[in-house]
Amino acid sequence: MMQTKIILAATALVALGAVSAAAQSDGPVKIGVLNDMAGLYADLGGKASVVAAEMAAEDAGLVLGKKVEVISADHQNKPDVGSSMARQWYDQDGVDLIIDIPTSSVALAVNEVSREKKKIVIFTGPASSDLTGPKCNAYSAHWAYDTYALAHVTGSAVVKSGGDTWFFVTADYAFGHALERDTAEVVKAAGGKVLGDVQVPINTADFSSYLLQAQASKAKIIGLANAGADTVNSIKQGAEFGIVEGGQKFAALLVFITDVHSLGLKAAQGLQLTSPFYWDMNDETRAFSKRFADRVGHPPSLDHAGVYSGAAHYLKAVKAIGTKDPDKVMAQMRAMPINDFMTKNGKLREDGRVIRDMYLFQVKKPSESKAPWDYYKLIETVPGDQAFRPIDKGDCPLVKKN
Amino acid sequence: MLSFLPHFALPPTPALFAQLLIGLINGAFYAMLSLGLAVIFGMLNIINFTHGAQYMLGAFCAWLALNYLGIGYWPALILAPLAVAAAGIVLERLFLRHIYRLDHLYGLLLTFGLALIIEGVFRQYYGSSGQPYSIPSELNGAHDLGFMFLPNYRAWVILASLAVCIGTWFLIERTRLGAYLRAATENPVLVQAFGINVPRMVTLTYGFGAALAAFAGVLAAPIYQVSPLMGSNIIVVVFAVVVIGGMGSILGAVASGFVLGVIEGLTKVFYPEASNTVIFVVMAIVLLAKPAGFFGRAA
Repeated sequence: MMQTKIILAATALVALGAVSAAAQSDGPVKIGVLNDMAGLYADLGGKASVVAAEMAAEDAGLVLGKKVEVISADHQNKPDVGSSMARQWYDQDGVDLIIDIPTSSVALAVNEVSREKKKIVIFTGPASSDLTGPKCNAYSAHWAYDTYALAHVTGSAVVKSGGDTWFFVTADYAFGHALERDTAEVVKAAGGKVLGDVQVPINTADFSSYLLQAQASKAKIIGLANAGADTVNSIKQGAEFGIVEGGQKFAALLVFITDVHSLGLKAAQGLQLTSPFYWDMNDETRAFSKRFADRVGHPPSLDHAGVYSGAAHYLKAVKAIGTKDPDKVMAQMRAMPINDFMTKNGKLREDGRVIRDMYLFQVKKPSESKAPWDYYKLIETVPGDQAFRPIDKGDCPLVKKN
Repeated sequence: MLSFLPHFALPPTPALFAQLLIGLINGAFYAMLSLGLAVIFGMLNIINFTHGAQYMLGAFCAWLALNYLGIGYWPALILAPLAVAAAGIVLERLFLRHIYRLDHLYGLLLTFGLALIIEGVFRQYYGSSGQPYSIPSELNGAHDLGFMFLPNYRAWVILASLAVCIGTWFLIERTRLGAYLRAATENPVLVQAFGINVPRMVTLTYGFGAALAAFAGVLAAPIYQVSPLMGSNIIVVVFAVVVIGGMGSILGAVASGFVLGVIEGLTKVFYPEASNTVIFVVMAIVLLAKPAGFFGRAA
């Protein structure tokens, strides 16, 4: 009797396994949103990114005859958590596209999983330009922005306006190192000097010691190669120590609108920042942002907009060729120009880099802001082919050297 | 081999003094928070993991009071600790008093769970980037001490925390109330026989510990972001501080708070990459050499 039960149970399990395995290749298109849901980067991405992906899924309607599924998970800013989640999603849960992944160290780990499994990943959150450089991957797309663009748009603008000596306060991991490296190159190429740097553990509450070191360096510009709550804390505490009164300026190299909201305009006014998106730029961005805000309660950050844009382009590609096959879909995504509310004639390059226009914004003074979240004014538009690294300069093994 | 010590260059003495001062200021927060923990552990034998959440609640009370009730910083310094103490007393009455007789681990688990709940609720409503809270106008600006500009607010933080720490020490070690408290820890039955209401003293002590955490939270609000994550970020370090000083020793908690703040400050100058971990390295060394901590009584 016991033996019969065991045999029956085993058969049922095997049948279940067989059914779910079959379901993966014929099943609906599944998108997995992987990001930081509860830590220092939760506001720029987080649960709202899932909403953005769901909006893209809804707008695409039926893809391959079925509704698109969206799932999500928290990578906790840990590369091992992120890569095991990616593995599970690709191998067992039938996920066809992983999207978002802020925190460059996690993104680099997931990039390797995507390369190994030959499955598609779209990076909207992370910054490191290595993703399309030495670590480039035929199955990845770096969608929104990267450290090279930030360095070249913000960095050049700051150097051009007289900021020729720099001191970096850097988040001590892949992203901070990449951002510092790319910006230092811009500074030096423009004839400026880097007077020093300090590597700060991610998620630090108190920057007073590092700000004192920056003050002591007498550099004209304090480059903040960090993001999220780290940037907010640096600027807030910088005000306390009279950094700006002392004649030095902050160059916040990566700022999201959620950071400006957290700082308040009084503290953030005058900051120059580079972004591929701002909710109030034109009628199209406003229309999307209103839809988003109705569901989430605030306008989208560049990451949220990027998740929608990336997911929508992927789904368009799948619909166009009628299959989920990763190689064919990647080829189709490269062949189709990217056109949506945030992108005009964007192009997905061979090395995985999406070439799009980048915008230099300045944070408004409190008196200039007429409504909640009315924070930026546009200073300059930099065309994509000037903002991003030329394809042959990145050491990407996929790019054939002529 | 020395390549992993990239910043080993002694900064000029003025800069070093400035960093020491910064270390003292951070140490002031560690001291106040570990004081609350030490008081609660010493008197109640509860490892109060909710301490970090109570610190966060104090900061949020100040922020909510400012934004919804128009109550400024100075009244908030009194009101927030009172509010959080009241919440703590409710917690103690409902949950903690049932587990005093049990192993320490139960108290740790219960308070840890409560901390997660409180933090999760606030994170749900307020996100993780934090809310702005300005320095009160009376404390704006800085004084030029010659070797650095010391923000007035940070100077106030050192003074306020020293006052609170010394006041608490005096209360517990030199007053009759403190004597009752210490006696009740040693032998609650006998003390109760003398007519002293021990359960009420215990409840009030927990409230006092929570109030200390909330006071630290209000002090922190203008300089660190008022964020639901601020408690969990700091509480692990504070536990290390308390362990180093000796669980249950008030003097130990305060002294190690300041000393470790300075050590961490110096690490930020010479090897900033390790500033997150240096306190735990010290904790490991101290535990190997003196398991009860520097001032602790062997359990």
